[in-house]
Amino acid sequence: MQKSLHIDPGKCTGCLQCELACSFENENVFNPAKSRIKVFRFHDIGRMVPYTCTQCDEAWCMKACPVEAITTDAATGAKVVSDALCVGCKVCTIACPFGTVNYNASTGKVMKCDLCGGDPECAKACPTQAITYVDANWTGLDRMRDWAAKTDSGARASA
Amino acid sequence: MAWARNVLRVNLTKGTCKNEPLNMEWAHKYLGQRGLATKYLVEETDPKVDPLSPNNKMIMATGPLTGTCASTAGRYSVVTKGALTGAIACSNSGGFFGNEMKNAGYDMIIFEGKAKSPVYLYIENEKAELLDAGAFWGKSVWDTEEGIKAKHQDPLIRVASIGVAGEKGVKYAAVVNDMDRAAGRSGVGTVMGSKNLKAVAIRGTLGVPVRDFKRFMKVTADAKKVLADNAVTGQGLPKFGTQVLMNVINEVGALPTRNHRDIQFEGAKNISAEAMAEPRKGDGKPNLVTNAACFGCTIGCGRVSTVERSHYTVVDRPQYQVASGGLEYEAAWALGAATGVDDLNALTFANFICNEQGFDPISFGATVGAAMELFETGVITTKETGGIELKFGSAKALTDLAELTGKGEGFGAEIGLGSKRLCEKYGKPELSMSVKGQEFPAYDSRGIQGMGLTYATSNRGACHLRSYTVSSEILGVPVKTDPHVTEGKAELVKAFQDATSVVDSSGLCVFTTFGWTLEDIAPQIDAACEGGWTVEKLLEVGERVWNLERKYNLAAGFSKKDDTLPARILKDAAKTGPAKGMVNGLKDMLPKYYEVRGWTSEGVPTNQTLERLGV
Amino acid sequence: MQHVIVGAGPAGVVAAETLRKGDPKAKITLIGGEPEPPYSRMAIPYLLDGNIAEEGTYLRKGAKHYDALGIQYVHGRAESVAPAEGKLKLEGGDQVPFDRLLVATGARPIQPRVPGIDRPGIHGCWTLADAREIAKLSKSGSNIVLVGAGFIGCIIMEALASRGGNLTVVEMEDRMLARMMDATGGAMMRRWCENKKIRVLTGRKVVGVEADAKGPGDKAVALDNGEKLNAHLVVLAVGVRSNVEFLKGSGVKIDHGIVVNDQMQSSVANIYAAGDVAEGPDFSTGGHMVHAIQPTAVDHGRIAALNMLGKTAHYKGSLIMNVLDTVGLISSSFGKWEGTKGGESSAAVDNDRYRYLRLEFDGDHLIGALGIGMTEHVGVLRGLIQTKTALGDWKRKLLADPHRVMEAYVARSQV
Repeated sequence: MQKSLHIDPGKCTGCLQCELACSFENENVFNPAKSRIKVFRFHDIGRMVPYTCTQCDEAWCMKACPVEAITTDAATGAKVVSDALCVGCKVCTIACPFGTVNYNASTGKVMKCDLCGGDPECAKACPTQAITYVDANWTGLDRMRDWAAKTDSGARASA
Repeated sequence: MAWARNVLRVNLTKGTCKNEPLNMEWAHKYLGQRGLATKYLVEETDPKVDPLSPNNKMIMATGPLTGTCASTAGRYSVVTKGALTGAIACSNSGGFFGNEMKNAGYDMIIFEGKAKSPVYLYIENEKAELLDAGAFWGKSVWDTEEGIKAKHQDPLIRVASIGVAGEKGVKYAAVVNDMDRAAGRSGVGTVMGSKNLKAVAIRGTLGVPVRDFKRFMKVTADAKKVLADNAVTGQGLPKFGTQVLMNVINEVGALPTRNHRDIQFEGAKNISAEAMAEPRKGDGKPNLVTNAACFGCTIGCGRVSTVERSHYTVVDRPQYQVASGGLEYEAAWALGAATGVDDLNALTFANFICNEQGFDPISFGATVGAAMELFETGVITTKETGGIELKFGSAKALTDLAELTGKGEGFGAEIGLGSKRLCEKYGKPELSMSVKGQEFPAYDSRGIQGMGLTYATSNRGACHLRSYTVSSEILGVPVKTDPHVTEGKAELVKAFQDATSVVDSSGLCVFTTFGWTLEDIAPQIDAACEGGWTVEKLLEVGERVWNLERKYNLAAGFSKKDDTLPARILKDAAKTGPAKGMVNGLKDMLPKYYEVRGWTSEGVPTNQTLERLGV
Repeated sequence: MQHVIVGAGPAGVVAAETLRKGDPKAKITLIGGEPEPPYSRMAIPYLLDGNIAEEGTYLRKGAKHYDALGIQYVHGRAESVAPAEGKLKLEGGDQVPFDRLLVATGARPIQPRVPGIDRPGIHGCWTLADAREIAKLSKSGSNIVLVGAGFIGCIIMEALASRGGNLTVVEMEDRMLARMMDATGGAMMRRWCENKKIRVLTGRKVVGVEADAKGPGDKAVALDNGEKLNAHLVVLAVGVRSNVEFLKGSGVKIDHGIVVNDQMQSSVANIYAAGDVAEGPDFSTGGHMVHAIQPTAVDHGRIAALNMLGKTAHYKGSLIMNVLDTVGLISSSFGKWEGTKGGESSAAVDNDRYRYLRLEFDGDHLIGALGIGMTEHVGVLRGLIQTKTALGDWKRKLLADPHRVMEAYVARSQV
C-alpha cells in the first residue's frame, strides 16, 4: 500500500519543526526558506496550516516538464525532480496549481517535496501529529483532490 | 558553527550599518544572547549613562542555538540599560524574529546613537539599511508590521517594532515581534523609541549550520522526547498554557491581589485557564481559540484568544474582533488579580492593547493596581485621573487606561511612568510594589519565600524569570522545597539564577527547564558549537553572566539597599490562605545568598570570585 | 486502428503515449520533421547557456522509449493530406495511411521581409540546428543583434549575453514583452537588461541587413531611424506562425491556427490538432486562440489522443500563462493580466528590488496576474484563476497587498 502525507491543520501549532527538518534533509542546513513544506499562519483566526505537494496522480508539474526531469518514484508515488535533468525552465512552477513547486535560484533548478524517499522527515519532526505519513486510503486528501479536479482542464476528469 | 560569527553595528546618529566579526573569545566565555550581549554592553557603555540618552546602546542578540531545530530555539534578547529601572535590562522574546535574524546571518545587532528622525532597519540577508519610518511613526505595532510587509512586498518578513507607547516614552514600553510576542520588561522598547528606531524588519534565508549535524539531530531528538514525556511541557503547558497556574497559585495563597493588599483573589477562577476554555455565555465560544508555538517549539504554550464580539471593548471595532495573542499567566494576573478585575473579555482586550501598542502588561497592570489604591485611599481623585473612576475591580477603568497608556495620553501618561515614579509623585512611594523600579510579577513572596529573594536580587528588577523557584517550591521541579521556609533558598536561588542565565544565553526558552536540566541542554549546545560545552562549563558561564550583570548594576549606582522588597511584603502579614500570617523572610536569606555567591556582606563580588570566573 | 501524428514536439509525443496507454494494439506513427529524436525547443536556451548537452533537450530520455512503446517514429515532413482517403502525403512522395490524424506540426519563426535577411549569420533560435549555428557565431567580443524582445527573445537573451557578446536588442513594440507585460513591467525588465549591459531599443524596426566592410562584424542591421548596428550574428525572434500550409485543400478550417472544438477535433472529423498549431478553446475568453505554450501543448496532446481513442474528453480551455527568466530576472503572466472591464486591480511595484505583482479581479475571483521577481508559489496564480475561487474576505486583503496571494489560496482552499 502506498502512503501519503496526511495533514491535519487543526493540530498544527505553527512551530516550523517540519520546515527545519525538510531543509536539513534536503539542504543540510536549518533554513525554512528552503523547505518544501510550508506552514501558513493565519494570525487573525489563529489557524496554522502546513502545506506541501500531494503527489497528485497526473501531476501537472510532471506533465508540463519539457525534458522529463520530473518522474514518479515507483516505490512511493512521489513526483521527483531530477537535478541532473532539470534545465531550470520553471514551467512546472506555473503549471502546478497548488504552488508547491518552487524555483531555487541558488541551484538553478526547481524543488519540490519528494517524500524523502518514503520516510518523510517533516512527519517525523512534527510534535503534534499534525503531519503524519499514513496509508494513502486514509489521508483524506480529498479536499485537495477536489481542488485538483477544479483546475483540471478536462483530460483527467473523463480519462 | 551555530554562531553566525557576525555582528551588525548600526550607528543611528551617522546612519551607518557595518558588519564586524563576533568576538569569539567572548562567545566562548558568555555563550550568546543575554550573556554575550551584556558583555558587549558592559565593554562599550558607561554604566552611569542615562538609559534614554544616545550614549546608551541597545543590542538585539540571538543565541548559538537560535535558528536550529533544537526545541524552542528561536529566541532573541534585547539588552540595554533599562528605561524603567536604570539597571541592566535583558528582555527575551520568542516568536519568529530571532530565527529570521540568525538566518540573515547575524548573532547580534548593536544599535548606537540616535537617529535624527524616525527610521527602521531593513535587513535582507547581507543587505542592511536604515530607511525612513515617517510613515510608520505614530502607528501601532500591528499596523507597522503589516505596513512594512506590504511596503517591501514580502509577507514573510519578520518585524520587531515599538508601538506608540515606545514612541511616547512609556517607561515599560516593549519591543514586540510577530504581532504578539514581546521583549516585554524593563522598558527596552522605551530605549528603542528614544533612539527614533521604530522597527527592525528582517528577511533571512541563508540557513543556520551546526558543528556536528549527525550528533545534533540525535541529541535534539532525545531532548524533544524528554519534553514530550514530561507532564508540564508535554501536557500542561500545551493544553492550558502558563495560565494553568492561576488557580494553583491562588490556592497556595500566593496570588498578589489588589496591589498586594490580599494574597488570594476571589475572581481567580473567572480569569483562569479553565475559564478561557469554557464556552462563553454570550457567543457560546471559548476565549481560547488554539495554542500556538514560537519558532521551533515542541511545547506550544502560547495562547490565541478572542474577545467576545458583543463586549463593550470591541463593538464596532473590527481590528479587535480577531484572534490574537491571548492571556499568559503573568498578564492575566497583572491585568486581573492586581487590579481586582475578573472580566476575562476585558483582560483579553487590555492584553491585545499591550501587544498592539507595545507595553509590558505586568508593569502596566501592577501600576494600575497601585493607582487604584491611590484612588481608593483618596490620594488621587477623578481630577487627576481625568474622570476615570479608578476603583479596584473596574474593568472599564482598566481597558480605558490600557488605551490611554498605549497612546501616552491623559492619565495614561502617568500610568506610563510605572508604579514607582507614580507613587513617588503622589508622595506614597511605599505603595509601589516593585524592586529597582520594576513591578512584581504574579507570585507573592509571602506565600513563596524563595521568590522574595529572587525579586530582591534580580539584576533587572523584580522578575520571576531570573530564578523561577516557583518551579521547585510549588511544582516540585526539579526537587520539591517548602515554599514557606527560608532555609536553603539562597542556594536554590543561586542555582536557578545561574542555570537560567545559561538558558537565556543559548537561544532556548526557559520553559524547557520544566523538563530539561543542563544535562539535557549541554549536549545540544556542544553538538552545535565548538568549545567542549559541558554542564560544568555552562554553569560557570551562568555564574559569570550573573556576576557581570551585578557588576554593571553596582557601577550604575545600585547597592545592597536596593536588594530589598516593599514594606508591605516584609511587614504586612498575608491575610488568608496557607501562608496566612506570613511575611517574606528576606533578611534571613540575603546574607546567606551573598555568601554563596562569593560576594561581600555588602553584596559586592569579591575579587576572588571575579577572578575565578574571569569577569 | 491506425493513428498518425505529424509533429514530434510535446503535443505529438504526449498524444502518442496517451494513445498507446489507451489502446495497446493500435498502430501509432509519429512523424518528426527534424533529424534528432523528439526534443524540447524550450530547452534550447539552456543548451546555449552550456548547462546541458543536446541530449538534455530530448523530450524522453530512454534511447528506446518509442520502440518500447511500439510507437513508430519516422522522419518526414507533411506535404498534403487527403482526409476522405485517409492519406497523408510526405515530402518525397511517401504516403502514410491513417484512420485518425493528429496535426501537431507546431510553428516556425517569422522572417521579417526586409532586404538582406538571407545573409549568412542570421538565424532564428528555434531548432537544434539554429542553436549550433548561434553557438558558433556568438563568441566573446562578437556583436550580436537580437531582433525581437518578446517571450523567445527575452528567454534567449541570457544565453546570448552569457556567451560574452555585445548584445543589442531591437523591438518593434514600445516595450519589451508587449504580449505578457504591461508598461510598468516592461520598463522594469528594460532597466534590468540595461543594467546587465544589454542595449535595448524599443519602437524600432529593422529595415534591412547590409554588408559592413568596416567591421568588426561582417554585416550591419539597418534601423528605421537610420542607425546601423554592426553584427557578427543576428538572431531573429519576432514571432512564430503555425505550420498549416500542407493542409491547403484538405477542408480543414484554419484561422490563426487549425480551429478545433473542445475535443481537439478540426472541422474535418478524422483530423485533430494539438499544440502550437491548434487554435483551441481559451479558458479566459471562452473563444478560440493559439496558445503556443508547453502546458497547453501537453493538455492538447492528451485530450486529442483520448478523443482519437473514442473516449470522449472535453477541454475546458487552456489558460495562457508564461514564465521566463530574462538574464536572471524571473517574470510570469497568467490569463487576463490586462484586466477586464468593470473588474478591479491590485498592484505592488518595488523598482529598487525589481519586484512587481499585478492581480486582476472580476467580481469575487482572480482572472489574471503578472509578476516579476516572484519565484515562490507562483503556481497558485494559475490555481486561483482556473478554479475561479471565490476570494471572499481575501479579495479585500489582496487589494491591499497582492503579495499575500499564496496565503489567500491556502486560506480559501485548506482552512
